[in-house]
Amino acid sequence: MQTFDLGAQGLRALNSALHALKGQTNMTEWEVINPKGSHAIAAGVDAALDITVRGSTGYYCAGMNKLATIRIKGSAGPGVAENMMSGSVIIDGDASQYAGATGRGGLLVIKGNASSRCGISMKGIEIVVHGNIGHMSAFMAQSGTMVVLGDAGDALGDSLYEARLFVRGSVKSLGADCIEKEMRPEHLALLADLLKRGEADTKAKPSEFRRYGSARTLYSFNIDNASSY
Amino acid sequence: MSDFPRTPPRFSATFTPAINAEIRRAAATGIYDIRGGGTKRALPHFDDLLFLGASISRYPLEGYREKCATDVWLGTRFAKKPIHLDIPVTIAGMSFGALSGPAKEALGRGASAAGTSTTTGDGGMTEEERGHSRTLVYQYLPSRYGMNPDDLRRADAIEIVVGQGAKPGGGGMLLGQKISDRVAAMRNLPKGIDQRSACRHPDWTGPDDLEIKIMELREITDWEKPIYVKIGGARPYYDTALAVKAGADVVVLDGMQGGTAATQDVFIEHVGMPILACIPLAVKALQDLGMHRKVQLIVSGGIRSGADVAKAMALGADAVAIGTAALIALGDNDPKWESEYQKLGTTADAYDDWHEGRDPAGITTQDPALSARFDPILGGRRLKNYLKVMTLEAQTIARACGKNHLHNLEPEDLCALTIEAAAMAGVPIAGTNWIPGRNSGGL
Repeated sequence: MQTFDLGAQGLRALNSALHALKGQTNMTEWEVINPKGSHAIAAGVDAALDITVRGSTGYYCAGMNKLATIRIKGSAGPGVAENMMSGSVIIDGDASQYAGATGRGGLLVIKGNASSRCGISMKGIEIVVHGNIGHMSAFMAQSGTMVVLGDAGDALGDSLYEARLFVRGSVKSLGADCIEKEMRPEHLALLADLLKRGEADTKAKPSEFRRYGSARTLYSFNIDNASSY
Repeated sequence: MSDFPRTPPRFSATFTPAINAEIRRAAATGIYDIRGGGTKRALPHFDDLLFLGASISRYPLEGYREKCATDVWLGTRFAKKPIHLDIPVTIAGMSFGALSGPAKEALGRGASAAGTSTTTGDGGMTEEERGHSRTLVYQYLPSRYGMNPDDLRRADAIEIVVGQGAKPGGGGMLLGQKISDRVAAMRNLPKGIDQRSACRHPDWTGPDDLEIKIMELREITDWEKPIYVKIGGARPYYDTALAVKAGADVVVLDGMQGGTAATQDVFIEHVGMPILACIPLAVKALQDLGMHRKVQLIVSGGIRSGADVAKAMALGADAVAIGTAALIALGDNDPKWESEYQKLGTTADAYDDWHEGRDPAGITTQDPALSARFDPILGGRRLKNYLKVMTLEAQTIARACGKNHLHNLEPEDLCALTIEAAAMAGVPIAGTNWIPGRNSGGL
């Protein structure tokens, strides 16, 4: 395992070293110590690395990640795993705003709570939150799946497109065009798989969740729906 | 019937026939008017400025003999690989989706042949555009449609779009008629539905966050790419200053004459400021920070000729960008399609329903039959010709002012024809040394 002291060696050196590993298969285990809330830790990685960050991170940790598994042994600042393409990001603690924003692939696991706008504009990412999520989560979410073991805040799934939302606890309110939908067998199977991969299968069962999705009434502009926007 | 003279019909200056027609249209449809392009109202503009030319106090350069350089560097502040363009006229961001694939290809061909850059748009990077653009600027927009790190790295610069001149504070809308299978796939959305582009970025708010976002993009691209920040002409002094503070290499400033693929007419006509009013404020912000020429300024919105280029640069811009003019050069609104414009209820040079995807010229459409009418090789050649003419015109003016580089043009080379233009541009009214709002005007 490579141990990188971020406090001593600096962010540019870390990301430069990680980017240089594109296409290589050896030297895949990395440990980052002394992150001290730095921003953009392991942003833009494009290799099947296993990176463990020992501490909490600032903004945009694992931004645009491809292929790597990035474990945060603390909490994550705003925009963790933003625009992730593939791979996994697993956070032991909480996540701040915009977790997984615009993510296009990969798996984001938040073992604590996620703040507001979790999964905003998500485009294919899978998100599993063991705790609660804040208001305006999954706003304009286009595709992908979000699983929440706890409660959801106000305006869940506002202006939702085709993303699938599953919440086990309460939903304070649904956003425009977001409705509860029937849970079918394929959804239970999807949930079972995601709970397992999200390290939450011992905490919850698929049957305990409710499904939310788009009513698709706002997909094409209609003046009679203007009050819904 | 009386023989007395009748009062002739008198139209209201407030409720004109055009206004009344819009009221009737709104009442009949219940929908506000959506269109493409920029403002159509008359505004103080570059036409209201004149160059003084050289005489005894300044001597000119020989038009066909003495050198007048036109090149420009962009991104010299932080980027390891700044951009060097042969001419200071760049192609503004216009999306694949709003434009056809062949039209994007033509923009790349024409820009590359003329030695300048083109810019992606909302919807991601296409192979046509990347393949045919020697220098390609990749827009980073609130929607993040098609955004991915591979395209970030194969771009030559990154433009973070905060706003645009046609609709400062507004997002975008690509109506379902233009959402083909390919456009839908690039944007991760179902075919045929209206696609909204948010007005704010999803993962940052305010200048402090923007600074961190810029740092993240630099880290992802190993600090190689110049990072532009594009702002609409709303509060150019403060927005420019904040973009500089956030770490931008280049500020792109778009006045309200700048076009859009589609938005509400009320937004286009009533929000934002003319580019003439925006440039001096942005330049002052850069000068106050000691960053003029260190952070480059690209301005856009109603640039049509080499005279406009020269005037924008004399006011302090490092380069300009063109969008609407580039489309016209490609063949948009060409009178040769007049019979088809008539069928659409409009006429050449007035067609602006770009969002409907029925463009007879095959440029602002995703319809295969219509887009097949457009020849990207010919279109690229026309754009190259136009860019060359603009450059020659700007050089002609610069030499007449005694300048051996377009960047040596200065406000002292200009005078204004109207009080409004003088006040906005910060140059004196012709024949005086009066700059309204700045001095008393005594000779």
